[in-house]
Amino acid sequence: MMIARALASALLSATLIAGAAVSAEAKDWKSVTVVTEGAYEPWNLTNSDGTVGGFEPELLKDLCGRMKIECKVVTSDFDSAIPSLVAGKYDVIMDALSITDDRKKVIAFTDPYAATPAVFVADKTGPLAKAPGTDTTIKLDTDARTPTMDDLRKAFKGKTIGIQSATVYSTFVTNNFKDVATIREYKTSPEHDLDLAAGRIDLAFDDATYFTAAFAKAENKDLGYTGPQIGGLVWGPGEAFGIRQGDADLVAMFNKAIAEAKQDGTIQKLSMKWFKLNVVP
Amino acid sequence: MTWLTLFGFGEKGWGGLLVIGLLVTVAVTGCALLIGAVFGALAAWAKLSPKIWARVAGDLYTTVFRGVPELLIIFLFYFGGSSALSSLGHLFGREGFIGVPTFLAGALAVGVISGAYQAEVFRAAFRAVNRGEIEAARAVGMPLLLRFRRIIVPQVLRFAIPGLGNVWQLSLKDSALVSVTGLAELMRTAQMGAGSTREYFGFYIAAAALYLVLTALSNRVVDLAEARVGRSFRRRLA
Amino acid sequence: MTGMLDLPFLLDVMGRLLAVLPMTLALFILSISLGAVLALTLTWMRVSGIGILDRVARAYVFVFRGSPLLVQMFLIYYGLGQFPAVRHSVAWPVLREPFACAVISLGLCTAAYSAEIFRGALLAVGDREVEAARACGMSGFLLFRRIIFPIALRAALPAYSTEMILMVKSTSLASILTVSEMTGVAQKLIAQTYRTMEIFLCAALIYLAINFVVARLVGLLEYRLSRHSRRAPVLAQVLHE
Repeated sequence: MMIARALASALLSATLIAGAAVSAEAKDWKSVTVVTEGAYEPWNLTNSDGTVGGFEPELLKDLCGRMKIECKVVTSDFDSAIPSLVAGKYDVIMDALSITDDRKKVIAFTDPYAATPAVFVADKTGPLAKAPGTDTTIKLDTDARTPTMDDLRKAFKGKTIGIQSATVYSTFVTNNFKDVATIREYKTSPEHDLDLAAGRIDLAFDDATYFTAAFAKAENKDLGYTGPQIGGLVWGPGEAFGIRQGDADLVAMFNKAIAEAKQDGTIQKLSMKWFKLNVVP
Repeated sequence: MTWLTLFGFGEKGWGGLLVIGLLVTVAVTGCALLIGAVFGALAAWAKLSPKIWARVAGDLYTTVFRGVPELLIIFLFYFGGSSALSSLGHLFGREGFIGVPTFLAGALAVGVISGAYQAEVFRAAFRAVNRGEIEAARAVGMPLLLRFRRIIVPQVLRFAIPGLGNVWQLSLKDSALVSVTGLAELMRTAQMGAGSTREYFGFYIAAAALYLVLTALSNRVVDLAEARVGRSFRRRLA
Repeated sequence: MTGMLDLPFLLDVMGRLLAVLPMTLALFILSISLGAVLALTLTWMRVSGIGILDRVARAYVFVFRGSPLLVQMFLIYYGLGQFPAVRHSVAWPVLREPFACAVISLGLCTAAYSAEIFRGALLAVGDREVEAARACGMSGFLLFRRIIFPIALRAALPAYSTEMILMVKSTSLASILTVSEMTGVAQKLIAQTYRTMEIFLCAALIYLAINFVVARLVGLLEYRLSRHSRRAPVLAQVLHE
């Protein structure tokens, strides 16, 4: 174990240096580097010519015009986005990033530019197609059990539910259904659709904006919403830009621009264009 | 959209980006193999040395870089490298953040891992060299360097080529993990395509096919190299 | 990034990771066993001298060695499940399970690599030894058991230990099939705390420890099998006289 210990101390000192190297300094923001995944259609996507498109890049273009700064968009993997932001590789994360308490410990957020509901999906022809509350919309503020949730718990007893790992939705589903149903966590959303189609799971729970686009695919023609669309503060304030904690001035600049874009209907226009749904918070 | 337009080279086709991704994959792996050859040769020499500290250092290097998951090493070079550079920058009065280019971080990480495997290949190849031949060379009075160049290197290379072919294969697939740093190599390009068009199977199959093309080509190269360095050894096969 | 070594946090992470160590070990042991059986079959096909078997084994090795394991797993698990014919077959109760699919894809992949190692080892058995044994009247299974197998095993072990270590690390991919193994749990912890390096470091130490044990065990076996040919480090005699 000598080897292991030597490696441990070497790696630790590397992390410590990493922590110390980032210095927060007031900057005169003329240009910012914005990182996005470029693989989360319709929020952000890559076109076949390599350019980036989607709801967020179009919104960003508008906001940067208002702030009169230059915005450089780069794409990277989602898994390394937050550590890279903290390390100083980028200035802004734009990747359908929900505001959560866990994340707030590490990075700062702007005001949200979207707040999306989430919903269960099941086989349209199966026994779970019309769970209690289908075609209604409810607003929840906490994970606390409500009568609707109790109905759903009864309906989903003994079933297997698929969710995307490490999201606000996975916490919610785990808290509400862990004792009555089996929960499987997937790395990405499309994977639970594939397993739903294969019959390995009975239900999937995810963002409504994600499913709207998923349903457009021929292979998902048998899938449909079941149970109510769930919105509200249970998902936190919504999706926002992630910015380093030291850069309060940049947060303020973005907040001002987001407020203006909300006011004059720009966000709603883009939301209807990309999601066919109004997600303005 | 048919597969032909999706993966073609037209306006809507991903063919162009995938081919660029393929080239980036080859470039990263090629650089990694060269970096690894340097590290690997040094480590093999250390492991065969009579000095205990050299053997321990060599063993430490190969154990750690073969035993730790590749993803961690890539992350370490990506984040650790940048912060080391930034603090170095501070020393010289440069403020702010200095990033290691993703290509460089990726090639270095995959290269150092590759070096650990190459060390084993070189060591085994060296052991396979017939000691009688080395003794014969010494007996006719060849000096050390000449002996190294004329007798040891050609034979080590000959025994090492199949093993190096395997290491190339490994590094090729390790390079797919560099996608987490956002470098648009083949795997990341396929993932971007999949996430942007929602044609998951299409893009995964396309990626697999392109990796197979690379494998087929590299197998050819290894065969040719084997035939070339094996020229003077053919009598044994006859 | 607190700037201080946060020992309670590291211990907590270690505890959570070690809790799923049995899953990682199960994936490794089952897939390496499955892979070894398949690899022996493939090796036999390669050296059988029957053209079609040789061709099939070659194609198998080419495909499974030539494409990333991540892609293979994805296609085996998510891909096969999309065919109604597969879902209605007798194999479905097995293929339905993420764990079984993970073991199968890991086993199929390691079989291709191991088959090449075994074949190389078989070629390393000298003609002289085989001829000598034949001259003594050995043949068939006895020849294989007493002469060919021990020599080939010894020749295969160094490369095979590398393959085993690669497999330990490859089990980390099983998390894409929703199997809760060590890397998957580490990534979940990272998503909750964003302390990437510290958590990955803990995971790395555990993988390193497993691999250290695997390498030592194989090394021990190799040492026992090579009693007749032990010698001092060679470079000592060649370069540093």
